[in-house]
Amino acid sequence: MSEAFTSFEPQIVAFCCERCSYAAADLAGSMRLDYPPNLKIVLLPCAGKFEIIYMLKAFEAGADGGIVAGCLEGTCHYRTGNLQAAKRVARVKEILKELRIEEERVGMYFLSSAMGKEFAEIATEITERIKKLGPILKEEGK
Amino acid sequence: MIVAKRKPFDEIKGMVKEKSSILLVGCGSCVSICHTGGEKEVAILASELRISSKSEGRGTEIDEVTILRQCEPEFVDGIKEKIEKVDLILSLACGVGVQTIAERYPAKLVYPALNTTGMAELEKPGEFREKCVGCGSCVLGDFAGICPLTCCSKGLLNGPCGGTKNGKCEVSPEIECGWQLIYERLKNQGKLNFLKVIQPAKNWSISHYGGARKLVIQEVQL
Repeated sequence: MSEAFTSFEPQIVAFCCERCSYAAADLAGSMRLDYPPNLKIVLLPCAGKFEIIYMLKAFEAGADGGIVAGCLEGTCHYRTGNLQAAKRVARVKEILKELRIEEERVGMYFLSSAMGKEFAEIATEITERIKKLGPILKEEGK
Repeated sequence: MIVAKRKPFDEIKGMVKEKSSILLVGCGSCVSICHTGGEKEVAILASELRISSKSEGRGTEIDEVTILRQCEPEFVDGIKEKIEKVDLILSLACGVGVQTIAERYPAKLVYPALNTTGMAELEKPGEFREKCVGCGSCVLGDFAGICPLTCCSKGLLNGPCGGTKNGKCEVSPEIECGWQLIYERLKNQGKLNFLKVIQPAKNWSISHYGGARKLVIQEVQL
């Protein structure tokens, strides 16, 4: 692996529901768990507020990856917001395929507010995954 | 409403290749309702094209606008300044909208980003079923409100054919037999005698096959 790639620090956007994963991220902090600072969290009132264009705009602005995190299945406070978000994430993956970009750069996760440890693990895993994939716009030598 | 489906991204990319400035024009009517050519979809396609252009090292300028009805010249005239500035216009309207822009700006390259598929009913969120082929002489009154030309895969006026099985069409097990639907509804209405009438051969010359049709309402003409 080239030196440029090993020093690559990806920018990852995490769209988090305030009822679960945002609180899980908060809990991870309170538990003093380490996770990479590459994740930039955007607070949503529900994962169902996530729109396809949010992720595309993040990529346009230079993000290398992104996740959406909603409540555990069956526990969405607005009934099906998390499931709607999962469908939109699936469409984002299709769009990335059309653009010849690795679909693994985006992911949908289901968490509860008590899952601070899992949030830290997801943050670490997605950061490692995107570090391996490298920057989206490789020719710009980010 | 008129429904349309977005063309594959590679096909759209092929249309806009080598152009330095593009304007994406959405339509706020039918294609907004069927989620293929409204403001949201225009923003998504514009973003896809920007990411693609950036990743290929091209600095294509991509602008976007959505007008209320692309099939009316007055609305198209409202974006004249934007249209004049660009090399190519990518329309996310039905075929009518694309042609309205092309006719108003004959010197401009106008391309369709959608494939117009027909006139459909919103069955449930995200699902639209074709209900009318615009034949020019409606027969719904004879068939309990179910169009045999649209709902029967073969468009039979004196059906059903021998390909109906358990209420499904031989063309695909996913397709309901239009004639089964007509039979069931007429039976419920106690009007099965309607089926004894032999329908005469349809006059297709007043449909599209007689050339592009023109509707004139004299009392509203200026």
